[in-house]
Amino acid sequence: MTGMPLLSLAIWIPILGGLLVLATGGDRNAPLARALALLVALAGFAVTIPLYTGFDTGTATMQFVELSPWILLFNINYHLGVDGISVLFVILNAFITIIVVVAGWQVIQQKVAQYLAAFLIMSGLMNGIFSALDGILFYVFFEASLIPLYLVIGIWGGNNRVYAAIKFFLYTLVGSLMMLVALLYLFMQAGGSFSILDWHQLPIPMGAQTLIFFAFLAAFAVKVPMWPVHTWLPDAHVQAPTGGSVVLAAIALKLGAYGFLRFSLPIVPDAAQAYAPLMIALSLIAVVYIGFVALVQTDMKKLVAYSSIAHMGFVTLGFFMFNQLGIEGALVQMISHGFVSGAMFLCIGVLYDRMHSREISDYGGVVNRMPKFAAFFMLFAMANAGLPGTSGFVGEFMVVLGAVEFNFWVAFLAATTLILGAAYTLWMYKRVVFGDVANPHVAELEDINGREFAFLAVLALCVLAMGVYPFPFTEVMHASVDELLRHVAVSKL
Amino acid sequence: MTDMQTLYLLVPLAPLAGAILAGLFGKAIGRSGAHVVTILGVAVALAASVVIYQDVAAGNTFNGPVYTWLESGGITFQIGFLIDSLTVMMMLVVTFVSLMVHLYTIGYMSEDPGYQRFFSYISLFTFSMLMLVMSNNFLQLFFGWEAVGLVSYLLIGFWYKRPTAIYANMKAFLVNRVGDFGFLLGIGLIAAYTGSLDYAEVFAQAESLAAQDMAVTGWPLITAICICLFIGAMGKSAQVPLHVWLPDSMEGPTPISALIHAATMVTAGIFMVARMSPLFELSDTALSFVLVIGATTALFMGFLGIVQNDIKRVVAYSTLSQLGYMTVALGVSAYSAAVFHLMTHAFFKALLFLGAGSVIIGMHHDQDMRNMGGLWKHMPITWITSLLGSLALIGFPLFAGFYSKDSIIEAVHAAQIPGAGYALFCVLVGVFVTAFYSFRMYFLVFHGEERFGKAHDAHHGHHADAHADDGHADDQHDEHHHGLAPGQKPHESPWVVTVPLVLLAIPSVLIGYFTIEPMLFGEWFKDVIFVGDNHVGLSELAASFHGPLGMAVHGLQTAPFWLAISGVAVAWFFYLKRPDIPAAIQRACQPIYTLLENKYYFDRFNEVFFAAGSRLLGRGLWKGGDQAVIDGVAVNGTARLVGWIAQASRLFQTGHLYQYAFAMIVGVFVLLTFWFNRG
Repeated sequence: MTGMPLLSLAIWIPILGGLLVLATGGDRNAPLARALALLVALAGFAVTIPLYTGFDTGTATMQFVELSPWILLFNINYHLGVDGISVLFVILNAFITIIVVVAGWQVIQQKVAQYLAAFLIMSGLMNGIFSALDGILFYVFFEASLIPLYLVIGIWGGNNRVYAAIKFFLYTLVGSLMMLVALLYLFMQAGGSFSILDWHQLPIPMGAQTLIFFAFLAAFAVKVPMWPVHTWLPDAHVQAPTGGSVVLAAIALKLGAYGFLRFSLPIVPDAAQAYAPLMIALSLIAVVYIGFVALVQTDMKKLVAYSSIAHMGFVTLGFFMFNQLGIEGALVQMISHGFVSGAMFLCIGVLYDRMHSREISDYGGVVNRMPKFAAFFMLFAMANAGLPGTSGFVGEFMVVLGAVEFNFWVAFLAATTLILGAAYTLWMYKRVVFGDVANPHVAELEDINGREFAFLAVLALCVLAMGVYPFPFTEVMHASVDELLRHVAVSKL
Repeated sequence: MTDMQTLYLLVPLAPLAGAILAGLFGKAIGRSGAHVVTILGVAVALAASVVIYQDVAAGNTFNGPVYTWLESGGITFQIGFLIDSLTVMMMLVVTFVSLMVHLYTIGYMSEDPGYQRFFSYISLFTFSMLMLVMSNNFLQLFFGWEAVGLVSYLLIGFWYKRPTAIYANMKAFLVNRVGDFGFLLGIGLIAAYTGSLDYAEVFAQAESLAAQDMAVTGWPLITAICICLFIGAMGKSAQVPLHVWLPDSMEGPTPISALIHAATMVTAGIFMVARMSPLFELSDTALSFVLVIGATTALFMGFLGIVQNDIKRVVAYSTLSQLGYMTVALGVSAYSAAVFHLMTHAFFKALLFLGAGSVIIGMHHDQDMRNMGGLWKHMPITWITSLLGSLALIGFPLFAGFYSKDSIIEAVHAAQIPGAGYALFCVLVGVFVTAFYSFRMYFLVFHGEERFGKAHDAHHGHHADAHADDGHADDQHDEHHHGLAPGQKPHESPWVVTVPLVLLAIPSVLIGYFTIEPMLFGEWFKDVIFVGDNHVGLSELAASFHGPLGMAVHGLQTAPFWLAISGVAVAWFFYLKRPDIPAAIQRACQPIYTLLENKYYFDRFNEVFFAAGSRLLGRGLWKGGDQAVIDGVAVNGTARLVGWIAQASRLFQTGHLYQYAFAMIVGVFVLLTFWFNRG
């Protein structure tokens, strides 16, 4: 398989497959569209498996590289490759796509083909982001991926979907325009190269480094999202359909965090070091401030959205402490968050499909009617609260350990998530699931069906496996993270 | 892998297998299938533990990894076992008590619809607890630590329809998380400064840790590590002020109160500190902190036991107080005495809880002692075993509790560390208090007038005395709460309930006599528990020890014995002879009674300050920060600003030719002015 252009396949199978699904047309062909979409998603996932099995953990260089000229005039290339930092996200993305297709199976009854096509195309584009090694190629994928998500929220979303979609779109667009300016500067500085790997070696004066750092920050901080540019996320989640929330939380938020590792840290290491205290402060605010805000949410989706922001705070915190535990912990946290937050949104989706409400106060005593669901939801809630034995623990544990090494007070504040995370998650769980049947609507609830059981069980296995044996995940990262840390330690002034 | 190593793995995995079978396939295997597989799992674990005990007694210990969990930052995180005398003692206690509780559950939960789920949980608990005690590193310790917390959460909230139960389980989890917060930071400090989480490697570097100060804060490193770790122990072992969850945990079914909230899980903190003795020995500051917290818990939680009327809550406060005694022992470097008391306490407290549960079955799930009385006639086995348990608890000579508690008191007496004077006062007064509340309970339940079967009076009593603030009044126990109908008599419980009582009563009486010599003064903990040369308490005791019988005879002449006897006597006088006196005292000392009744207002403070305060802060940050400032001013403000500029610029595009002409003339005039003035 190594001879095949695996990354291209991972990008184009979903995109072309998505167009094919789109071609099935109206909703009378919905069953065909669903079957086709599932097939495409499975094929898209299948081609990413050799990326792991064939991955050489001993090297930090890019693997599965593909390079061919694209726009000769500006020296823009179709340049793909993955290293230990990006490879897992391609696989995660392809995996989540299957879950999303299955999760929307009976729930989405209108514009089925378009819905599924949007997700497939988005999946391909996001794989492009994680594997692009050319600045413009990256930018094109980065911006293009906004469109399907914008459409998903704007068309299949809730009542206030247009406000949320526009807020999401403008927020992220403003950020990425700044990034474009930075990319063009780097192009000039590098003597006419858009190669990200060339940029990594480029000497840049401090003033320019600072400007580039903040330009990238504008793009990536919005995506993560970091405090204080996070307010689009709760709105977007609340309005998005379940599948949209899953992709948003599991994959889209990772794009910004990934950008820090691919661009900010290696290209402008001196600025990254200089502004690390600011980044750490913003990350800690995300953990503590957002933790308290999550506590008082009355809407389940908003609560999980805020909890996502707090968890992503751990990611940026891990990055900017510049030690191996921190960065690897952050990467583990990103993958785990993909499973856990995806699962949390799916659980809320299961409830929403039945009750058409996300208000915590409309629930109570769900366990009486839905014991199987309650067991899954308990597992994912505990993972969200970072219980050892689940994936949610691993990344937080590593980042906290890295933080103690870095500065005790940073660790002190970060570790409050142990209390806050448990408080907001379990309080919600208590009000929604425990207790006596709260109202006649709850009394009519039916437990999860086979399809829902299937995707929750698969995610449950992922969460437990990663919690009990995270070794295979970090093994892939070591060489690349070591190289990154060595690289960041060398000044480029 | 050698045969012994296979056996080590079998010990935790057998209960785990039982838990998975009963949990996931409970419906398929049915009720009896569930208890058969789980009991089998725990029995296998107990049998294997006995074999391992013999192996360890023969001098074979083990310390090695099972698999590598993770590698990062130069640290290898492994899952592994440390099998030594301390581990194997804990394994025996955990598996034995767990097996008794599994058996007992067949009777206690026989009518509960969640039968399989319950067995699955208690087996899962056994697995987690075994992983905790068998660990050879801090990572797995933390895993077990949180896992037992999870199962405790699930079991306290087992009857999930009760509002009080699901409040109590969340409270338990969150309070424990406060402790774990400290615990995690302690583990982080160890990892940062030693580059390892393996016990042996960390202990090997203990001396160099003691010589360092922390970066940033400048605190002595070893003290910071020990206090952080101990904060974890304070959560799990319910020490003041993190004790508040344990009394509420009584909302769970009684078997788990015995297993988790008395015998095993709550002693995890004690076990952990004893395991960490090579670290704690290097910081007198940390030891003093441990000592004062423990002494405070031992005495002041004992006081609360006096005013409780719910039979389980009396035992719960007694557990808190006894955990305080163990912590005191840790504080005076008498680690082996702490662990010894942990073991004896596990037997007699499990016995007392299961005895209380048997009484509750007999009383048809009425837990109010004021509705009991004279039960000795109707429940003879429960009566005798409870009496034996109570005698062990108050430290009556020759009983198990006597040896462990007396050793602790003597060790405090000999200790020189700051706080030892206060601790001695607390543990001595505590002896009287323990005897008083224990026999108050005993007399109220088993002797005196038969007060059951008078439904009307009983319920009147309930409401009049319902705890005003905490919502745990006994009368909320939903469908389980019936009590005996008028004229109905309680009956002795079935054999699955009484057999565990008898089996637990045997060690409650005998185990102290037979094990004090090897455990405290012999070689049993020689290479496991480390005591610095400057901490002499226990070694002085060894000098004056002349066999268990001699100790019992000597015990008759010491203050603790007479304090205990007077406690029993006062309880007898107050509750059998002159029942009017307690009421009179209560009237006379109303403020103190109110203080005790409200448990020193810890719960009230936490609810108002931490719970409500957090919600207030969260709402403030949400409405004020996110909505008003960020969205209101920054985001929507930007949008408004753009709109406003657009509005303003629209004014210039009127379409009137004379306005454009006028603007042009003004422009030309301004340009010309610049032009002429440029030189």
